[in-house]
This record gives sequence, structure tokens and C-alpha cells, in this order.
Amino acid sequence: MAEQPPEIDGKAYWRAVLRLTLGLLAVWFAVSFGAGILLRDWLDGLSIGGAPLGFWFAQQGSIYVFVALIFYYCFAMRRLERKFGVKG
Amino acid sequence: MDWTLFWVFTTFALYIGIAVWARAGSTNDFYVAGHGVHPVVNGMATAADWMSAASFLSMAGLIAGLGYGGSVYLMGWTGGYVLLALLLAPFLREFGKFTVPDFVGDRYYSDTARVVAVICALFVSFTYIAGQMSGVGLAFSRFLGVDFNTGIFVGMGIVFFYAVLGGMKGVTYTQVAQYCVLIFAYTVPAIFISLMLTGNPVPQLGFISEVKGEGISMLQKLNETVTGLGFAEYTSTNKTVFDVFCITAALMFGTAGLPHVIVRFFTVPRAADARLSAGWALVFIALLYTVAPAVGAFARLNVTSSVNETTYVPAASYEADAATLIAQGTVPSPAWFANWEKTGLVAFDDLNNDGRMQIRGPASPDGLSNEVTINNDIYVLANPEIAKLPDWVIGLVVAGGLAAALSTAAGLLMVISSAISHDLCRRTFFKGMTDKAELRVARGAAAGAVVAAGFMGIYSAKLAFVAQVVAFAFGLAAASLFPVILLGIFWKRMNREGAIAAMLSGLIPTFAYIWHFKLGTGKAATAADWFLGVSPEGIGFVFMFVALIVGIIVSLATKPPPQDIQDLVEDIRVPGTRSSHGIADAGMKPVA
Repeated sequence: MAEQPPEIDGKAYWRAVLRLTLGLLAVWFAVSFGAGILLRDWLDGLSIGGAPLGFWFAQQGSIYVFVALIFYYCFAMRRLERKFGVKG
Repeated sequence: MDWTLFWVFTTFALYIGIAVWARAGSTNDFYVAGHGVHPVVNGMATAADWMSAASFLSMAGLIAGLGYGGSVYLMGWTGGYVLLALLLAPFLREFGKFTVPDFVGDRYYSDTARVVAVICALFVSFTYIAGQMSGVGLAFSRFLGVDFNTGIFVGMGIVFFYAVLGGMKGVTYTQVAQYCVLIFAYTVPAIFISLMLTGNPVPQLGFISEVKGEGISMLQKLNETVTGLGFAEYTSTNKTVFDVFCITAALMFGTAGLPHVIVRFFTVPRAADARLSAGWALVFIALLYTVAPAVGAFARLNVTSSVNETTYVPAASYEADAATLIAQGTVPSPAWFANWEKTGLVAFDDLNNDGRMQIRGPASPDGLSNEVTINNDIYVLANPEIAKLPDWVIGLVVAGGLAAALSTAAGLLMVISSAISHDLCRRTFFKGMTDKAELRVARGAAAGAVVAAGFMGIYSAKLAFVAQVVAFAFGLAAASLFPVILLGIFWKRMNREGAIAAMLSGLIPTFAYIWHFKLGTGKAATAADWFLGVSPEGIGFVFMFVALIVGIIVSLATKPPPQDIQDLVEDIRVPGTRSSHGIADAGMKPVA
């Protein structure tokens, strides 16, 4: 093993990272493959400024959510690193 | 076109200036810019690296033509960054070496795995770079009246200068400058077009606004305009939902597996910076990618309504002839059409000899045939003229296209040269090489790669696979590199045998499928012949799963990886704990 200081619980940290990652990937899937492709016809019944909503998600909305997702991930990872005493 | 010349000269001088300033002193500088690039700067460089001549010039036009079908590119080429940030970039940075084959070779304790990864990286990068170089040649020959080959030589000279001198360091800082040029050249005309059409200066908002002075939304008007001429509705597509799904996924996973994108995240100081950097990269990319669908839709509407049923006026005596027509109460064809006709990007063939230009779709309502051919690139190139912007803006768009092509070419060159000097020479064949010798070989390899890329650009018309960059590069990256990197981080039990089996079972069938349907005997095949109805662009996603499954099964059937490797994987998962581990780091110590 690496010379980890004993207070870092690498396994618990990794489990928390995996939980966070899976949660965010679910959102990633929902806005692109979900809203933009699979549920598109259904969402197109609604509209945003005259653009069908599913179409808008496919060409605009999903990209905005992607950006927000990554920055939230950075924020949440910093929090996890502090909680587990990881140097980051 | 004097302004074009002015901008091309000015921007090229800028790139050379930066190259002289950012010379590389060690292999650490040369391959990964000394691991010292600020995350925001790296984000900007990544964005320039990422956005190729095709993103800049062709994508808006592609979307304009495909409508909803164009969404696959928008989601695919941005969503991949989420995968990079969450699944790969920070861990690969923590791993602490120079290249993607470094990771594959060391994590799977095998030079065979390393060489297979090198082959994937080289094939993907060469396919991609030839397209960039021929884009440079095309830009020169069309807009500066320079011979195509001479144009490529000029482009080669510029890239040679900063890639060979400065390596990744020179490339990074030049890419930052190139990003600024390209985003300015892209958004300024878009803002004016949006203002003109919808009264809203923000293109992303104009996209969902009403057409100025008409109580109808822009997209609705576009749908009515194109369906009225016999085209499919803009917000529809002829692709099946399953195929759209697969193409989007192949582009996303392919993005995450492209070596020239991954290595950009090796240049920042820490894993946390790699995450942040991916976020910034996507911000800078999104600036263009959210404007592109707006530009595409605006331009399709503008071009269609300003050209259709107007009376054709040739460029020779445009001013006088157009004035005469207006005096007679007839609408002349727009001036930009005449201007761009000489570049061959737009053409008019008066099939019914009525002197008027008919744009018609496949389901022509009045039985007339389509007489106007429009190249995709025109939607971006003619934008400033359609918006009646001054000449200097028009010249800037060409400089922006060149910036996009050169920045991508340089990033790819770094992958090619490091694959040869680092992965093949230093890590596989001559393991005792000194840092100094390796740096010399790296410069030599970069120089050789520039020349090779230039010639590939020149002969790319004959190399038909260059046009299939999207299918090949993304499909292969998704099916061969992505699965082994992912499993290498997230599954400790993944071993050498599994990795080699996974790479080969992704690489070979994907290559064969794309080759068969794009270049081989299946070229004329229709969607009915495709495997599960998946087009060659989307097949990488299907074989990515095959590779993942094969990798897991073969790993489970063979010996677990040595303890050193399992320790390595635990280290890269927890930032700040990376230390050297026997066979995993015997060939090269990790760089902090």
C-alpha cells in the first residue's frame, strides 16, 4: 500500500465518489438521451419560446446542464475531499 | 479580399511570437507543458484543440441541413466532457505520466497493450489531422488566391514552428490565442444576424424568439418555410430514435476516448485542476456550440428566403444589373450569392430557363426542380455579408477557420510525436534513453509528423477515409481506448489479458464495419442492411459494449493483476496518495 496517513479512509472516500458519480451520470443521461432523444416526442408537446421543448433540450438545454454538472461535481468533490481529509 | 490577408498575417505573426516565447526545455515541458498550466487556460486551450475546422465552418451548416438530426453532434461533442470530467481526466492526471499509451501500457503491465494503444492513437490522430491540413489548404486556395499545396506548406510551416520548438507548452499558449480569434470571429456575425432576424442580440435567445415584426416564432417560421418548398420539417429527422441514440453515444464516448483531448488534462498541476479544467473547457466549447444551432437555423431561414425565387444576377456587373432589376420591380439575387459563386461554394443551374433561382426539396410542391446548390460552409462564411457587416469582419471569419484548423492540427501532432518518441522509442524499444535524447527524438518526430500530415492533406482527396473522420476517429476511440481506460480505473480486477482482448474486440469489428459501409463493398447499402439499424457513425457505441463485456469475461477467466497494479489503482482513486509501485512504475516514475 501507499504510505497513506492512517486517518484517510480511502475505501469510504471511494464509495462516496462512486455514489456522487453515478448520481450525476443519471442526470447526464436524463437531459441528453432522455429529454433530447427518448422522451423527445412527448416533451415536444410543451414549448419554450416557440421551440418544441424536446428539440430545445437536444440543441441547447442539455449543453447548459452538462456545464452545470461538471462545476457541481468539482464543488461536491472538494467537499468530499475535505470531509475525508484527502489532499486533492 | 485584403482584409482576409491582413487578418491571416496578423494572427500568424501572433502564433509565431507565442512559439518563440514558450520554448520547451525538457520532455516534461514538451509532452505536458511541465504539468503547470492553469485550469482556465487549459480549458481554453482544450476548447481550441477540440474545435476543428469542421466545428467552426461546417457544423452550423450541417445542422442547418439536418435540423433535429444535427443534435447528435451538439450533444455528442459536449456530453463527452461530462464523461471526461467524471470518469477519466482527474484519475489519469493522478496517474502522473505523459500519454494515453503510458496509462494503458503501465496499468496493464504489458508492452503489447502499449503498442495496441499506440496503433489506436496513431490511426485516430492521422485520420483527423489530414482533414485539418486539407482544410488549411482549402482556406488558402479559396480566400487568398494561393495554390492549394502552397497553402498547406504555409500551414505546415506555422505549425512546425510552434509544435517543434515549444511542444505542448508552445501548443497550449498558441491555442489560447487561437481560441480568442475563433470565438470572436464566430460570435460577432451571429450576434448581428440574431439582432437582424429576431431583435435579440443573444443568439441563444434569438433561437427561441419570435421573428422580428411577425407574430410567429423563428423555428415555426423556419418549419413553414422549408416544408413549403418540399423539405422535411426542420425540427424532425429521418433517422430512427435508436440510431440517433447510438450516434450520440458513440460521439460522446469517442470524445472521452480521444487521445489528443485526454492529454490536455495531463498538463494541469493536480487532479482537482483536471476536473475544473474540464468544466472550463466545456464552458468555452459551449460558447460556440450553443450559438451554432442558432446560426444554423437563422442562416437556413435567411438563405432560403433571400435566394428563393429571386432573379439571378451574375457577379460580373452585379451593381448595375441589380439596380436595373429593382427599377423594374423585380427582386435580384443577393450580392453575397454573386460574391461566393466564384469560390464554388454556391452554384446556380437554371434548369427551367426562367432566370429565377428555385430552391426546392425532395417533395417539391410545384414540380419544379432544385436549381441552387449550397455548400454547408457557406452558412458560416456568408453570415457577415448577410448581416451587412463591414469587410474586416468577413476577413476575420477566414482567420477564425484557420485558427480552428491549426489549433486542432497542433494538438494532434503532439499525440503523434509523443506516440513515436515516448511510447515506441523510450517506453518500448530503447528503454535506457536519456531525457535529452528523448527530447531530440520528440522534436524530430514532431517535425516528421508535420510533414506527414501535410502530405496526407495534399493527397487526402485520394485517401477517401479522411472524409469519414467522424465515423472512424470517434468510433474507434469509443470502442478501443475508452473501455480499457474506464475499466483500468474503476475495476481493480481488470488485467492484461482482458485489456488486450477488449481493445482488439473493439478496434477490429468497428474498423471493419465502418470500412465496409463507408469505403468498401457496402457503400451503396441502405439503412436496412445495417446491423441492428445502426449507422457506421454510431457503431462504435455497440462495439464499445462488446469490448467491455469481452474485457470483463477474459479478465475473470485469467489471473488477477499483480499486487503492485492493484495498489496503483487504489492510489489514483484517492488524490494525493500516488506513490511508485514496483512493476507499474518500473519503466518510468510518476511525475508529481
